Amino acid sequence: MLAIYKREMRSYFTGVIGYVFLVLFLAIGGAIFCFTTLFSMSADITSFFTYMMIVSAVMLPLLTMKSFSDERKTKTEQLLLTAPVSLTGMVFAKFLAALTMFAGSLIINSLYFLILYPYASVKTANLLGNVLALLLVGMTFIAIGIFVSALTENQLSAAVGTMAIILVFLVIGLVNLLLPANFWLRYVFDCVSIFTRFQAFTNGYFDLSSLLYYLSVTAVFVYLTIRIYDRRRYN
Amino acid sequence: MVKVEHLVKRFGQNYAVNDISFEIGNGEIVGLLGPNGAGKSTTMNIITGYLSSTSGSAKINGVDILENPIEAKSMIGFLPEQPPLYGDMTVDEYLNFVFDLKACSFDRDAHISEIVNVVKLADARGRLIRNLSKGYKQRVGIAQALIGDPKLIVFDEPTVGLDPKQILEVRNLIRTLSKNHTVILSTHILAEVQAVCERVIIINQGKIIADEKTSELTKAIEEGYHYEVKICGPTKDVAQALGRIRGIKTVTSTGERDADAYAYIIESDRGIDPRKPIFNLCAEHSWAILGMAPMGTDLESIFIRLVDRDNGVEAKPKQKQPRAH
Repeated sequence: MLAIYKREMRSYFTGVIGYVFLVLFLAIGGAIFCFTTLFSMSADITSFFTYMMIVSAVMLPLLTMKSFSDERKTKTEQLLLTAPVSLTGMVFAKFLAALTMFAGSLIINSLYFLILYPYASVKTANLLGNVLALLLVGMTFIAIGIFVSALTENQLSAAVGTMAIILVFLVIGLVNLLLPANFWLRYVFDCVSIFTRFQAFTNGYFDLSSLLYYLSVTAVFVYLTIRIYDRRRYN
Repeated sequence: MVKVEHLVKRFGQNYAVNDISFEIGNGEIVGLLGPNGAGKSTTMNIITGYLSSTSGSAKINGVDILENPIEAKSMIGFLPEQPPLYGDMTVDEYLNFVFDLKACSFDRDAHISEIVNVVKLADARGRLIRNLSKGYKQRVGIAQALIGDPKLIVFDEPTVGLDPKQILEVRNLIRTLSKNHTVILSTHILAEVQAVCERVIIINQGKIIADEKTSELTKAIEEGYHYEVKICGPTKDVAQALGRIRGIKTVTSTGERDADAYAYIIESDRGIDPRKPIFNLCAEHSWAILGMAPMGTDLESIFIRLVDRDNGVEAKPKQKQPRAH
């Protein structure tokens, strides 16, 4: 498992994907930081992380699109699947590699807020809560990403498919604007919406149910990826 | 070492492998022979745990590949039809990755160096796999299979796409390996099996149609005599004279001409070799023989003959030139 993880990390940096991801994520993050805090003279944390969540929704599919689709296309998956490694280990290695990339860039981005400490009262707990929330959301997106990438051998379809699923999870809360008050579906949509749950965190609540929600959506997609590989052997 | 029992693999309505059973002992070197699409790759993919069987079982050293995949897989080195190589790694990096992947407990540098020398990759260790030629890529694929010194080595069409010199090298390598390993290799080339394997399992349309020693198979091939003979001389006289030789059933003049000789297809009775009488006859009449070749040594004819042999019917090979491999 460690071997696959290391190879995966390496492949991000021998190709362009790792660099493109880091450059764009950090550059966009820097720009958003400038606009939401420096230019508007505020120590506002919420809007930075809200924007960064949208950025992650677009960028993370690029990070995960290759993970399984490429192995399938170049038939290298045959090496992994006939090696003495469990399916679970293989899927987790890929998941953790993408998560490492995301967590690394997220932590670098969050360091920008250190600039503000001398000039404004930054709520550290709030900052940490936001970092955690974005990390959890990113984890969910990555799980969706590797799941879709295991479905196809075309990287582009994997990226677009992942974005589509993420979009559904994001905007499902907006449907509520069209529904009458107290309609039962509103409750369901609010529960499922990644965006609604994320807002709770950015507003400073530590919401245990949301934590569980992100962890379980991640677990479901990781599990489904393992199942796809298990199932594929029979077809 | 390998025990396959009633293996069935169905893709939708199609049976890729239909009730195959065989057993391979320690240190044997066995060829799976069959035309493309016969089920060779599927069988190998099931033995190595890449695919699951629809029913039946495959055991490596007594360990079922489905029940205990990790233990079984750790005993196998597999070279799939298309070598599973990462183009963005150098040969060294790739072999180190495979070493880690298989969680080997050997001394890393010594083990990898040894394998690199065996497959003659020493001059390419620092090169990117993406930039290697087909022959080198195949060797990296073989090196990958050898890492961890697995007891069983499975090669799926190891010589496809290589030039004649590389083919000989790979065959020699496989023969060397067979001293310390059990080897299964698949091919659709009869000569390859005859050159490398002690035993051959012939598969056609998902079923085993022959499983025997390579020497026995060669005998079976030579059993039904069909020869194409090219003789200089008046067609009618030659055909009549040939027809009078004891043991020759039919003589057909094909009308095909080679210099001033005409070609005849000769079918003899089972177990009778007509070559010497033909020579003597021609010498008597001073008709020069320009060529004499057995017919029907291509895979398809052999299938027909093997199937017919099992049914106890005299074989009729296809009217086709001998295959040049």
